Amino acid sequence: MLENYLPILLFLAIGAAFGVLPLMAGFVLGPRRPDPEKLSPYECGFEAFEDARMKFDVRYYLVAILFIIFDLEIAFLFPWAVVLDRIGTAGLVAMGIFLAILVVGFVYEWKKGALEWE
Amino acid sequence: MIETIQSLWAAVPEPVQIPVLIVVKILVIVLPLMGAVAYLTFAERKIIGYIQVRIGPNRVGPRGWLQPIADAVKLLTKEIVLPANASRFLFLIAPVLAIGPALAAWAVVPFDEGLLLADIDAALLYVLALTSLAVYGIIIAGWASNSKYALLGAMRSAAQMVAYEIAMGFALVGVLMVGDSLNLREIVLRQAGSPLHWFVWPLLPLFVVYFVSGVAETNRAPFDVAEGESEIVAGFHVEYSGIAFGVFFLAEYANMILISTLASLMFLGGWLSPFEGWAPESWFAVPVLGTLLASGIHWLLAKTAFFLFCFLWFRATFPRYRYDQIMRLGWKVFLPLTIVWLFVEGLAQYFRIGPWFA
Amino acid sequence: MALTFQQFLFYAFAAVLVGAALGVITARNPVHSVLYLVLAFFTSAALWLLMEAEFLALTLVLVYVGAVMVLFLFVVMMLDIDLAALRAGFTRYLPLGLVVAALIVWEMASVLGPARFGPGRVAAPAPHGAGYSNTKALGETLYTQHLYAFEVAALILLVAIVAAIALTLRRRPDTRRQDPARQVRVRRRDRVRLVRMAPERRPAPAASEPGGRTGTEEA
Repeated sequence: MLENYLPILLFLAIGAAFGVLPLMAGFVLGPRRPDPEKLSPYECGFEAFEDARMKFDVRYYLVAILFIIFDLEIAFLFPWAVVLDRIGTAGLVAMGIFLAILVVGFVYEWKKGALEWE
Repeated sequence: MIETIQSLWAAVPEPVQIPVLIVVKILVIVLPLMGAVAYLTFAERKIIGYIQVRIGPNRVGPRGWLQPIADAVKLLTKEIVLPANASRFLFLIAPVLAIGPALAAWAVVPFDEGLLLADIDAALLYVLALTSLAVYGIIIAGWASNSKYALLGAMRSAAQMVAYEIAMGFALVGVLMVGDSLNLREIVLRQAGSPLHWFVWPLLPLFVVYFVSGVAETNRAPFDVAEGESEIVAGFHVEYSGIAFGVFFLAEYANMILISTLASLMFLGGWLSPFEGWAPESWFAVPVLGTLLASGIHWLLAKTAFFLFCFLWFRATFPRYRYDQIMRLGWKVFLPLTIVWLFVEGLAQYFRIGPWFA
Repeated sequence: MALTFQQFLFYAFAAVLVGAALGVITARNPVHSVLYLVLAFFTSAALWLLMEAEFLALTLVLVYVGAVMVLFLFVVMMLDIDLAALRAGFTRYLPLGLVVAALIVWEMASVLGPARFGPGRVAAPAPHGAGYSNTKALGETLYTQHLYAFEVAALILLVAIVAAIALTLRRRPDTRRQDPARQVRVRRRDRVRLVRMAPERRPAPAASEPGGRTGTEEA
């Protein structure tokens, strides 16, 4: 089993190399003439004011948390889906209950308006 | 000549032989992929041009065929601007984080019956895990640039990718239920028989969800609010220039091709021929035509090309979605739809309905 | 002693993991810390893979790297953390911190020490053949033998949903929003009213009528 992961390890390295090498080539081949105007952050015609790293609406965090929860759900569904044929009725009922509990959570989200994006 | 190479190769010790062979195989996958990316940009400009009754690029080389090469040379020789307020290290690592996973996901993609690099059991999980990493390149690029437009674009795109990844994950679970395996090769082989056995029929809603989520995941039109040039100029890569921008571009197009290939593998039978199962045997006996009609990598490429055309077609056809509508579609339409379909599928599988769940 | 390739990989990943973990607590920039943590999770996944726990390793990447760390990044990037204020109390809390750390090390050593743990105590799992599917093996036990724990996990996730909404959902009264469903449902008669009225004659400029348009303008 492990020998099949060696290509993946190498592929990850080559994938990163395909990002790093063009960048290096770009630094070698391209000119380098910095000036303050060029290096200033993009704005619509005026001078950049205050730090760009502002606080964001808490809604983004809520989306990220809900994403984690649903991602975990998917992680639980994966092994179930592959062995569905072998575990029969018990497996189907088990997942039915699991999903039903989470659908309750989903309905709660919906009713509370957590999925609205205003 | 060949004999010299063979004798040289035999002299290489075995622990070196294996990785060298693997690296060569990887390059055999990646280099054509890069070529495909380059000509996909050309195809995009041409196709959208014709859809809008223009000609598209036609100056560089015969009928514009050298345009992508000119673009690459231009990007390579442009200055990479490092904005004064940017976090340098993060700013430069972000494109690498974008393209690394986009390429590495190809390790488990099967191109034909025996033509795949890493035959791992949990291939689909691996693909999902790696595509979930794509968001890092974008967030880090947006934050490291220290520019308002970049940060806005990054946040938008992160929240959007996250929402559609859920729908995509649920759609994949549906594929697993009928496919009975996480291995992409086995999923394709389970669709063998005839075009009616392809998973697109029993999983039609999931197929639609998967492909539309794929468009949203790659931040393509009509879901391109992350770049939305008319609102936030170019989104997360507004501060990137030269080849640093080019690397993001490569990653986006490599992801498009990946999504299209996976859609063909999981729903349209991958390399299986649509003539299989119903065409008379004599058709396959015709010298050249027979090979073309039989299953093979060319069918996978054709199906992938079709999906890629859809990507471009969507871009030329649909106006951009509004951001709240994008989030609504992901959470309130696709997610319930996939959950309901999983229930339906579970029951169909249990009662062994139809030709697919037997 | 010659290392096998697997052992070499183990030590290499373990070294990267320890280095990344050190990076998490020593990096000055919190965003760098988070990225070190991402690296730590990634190398842990590689170590799990070496133990042939394929499903768990990939899920670690999917859930922790792909989801949890994205949330961490959101939080760290978007909250203005005043680092100077956080560092101010460092020397004051250092003794207490060291005591707690020593206690944790002692506890972990007593459980994980060589007396109870290690290659001598726990047999190495037998390597599996080509057809072995870690995911299927997991699926066959998780939904049958460990059913109770599985359903409890669903409840925990439900609690997490409720808690997340309770903690972070703030309705902002000042936002204007559209409801596409309501927009679509609107009919003409809800918005437009046609009124039949007699034509009006423009009044002569000299005559000022009370309540007329010219009258109010002059007032």
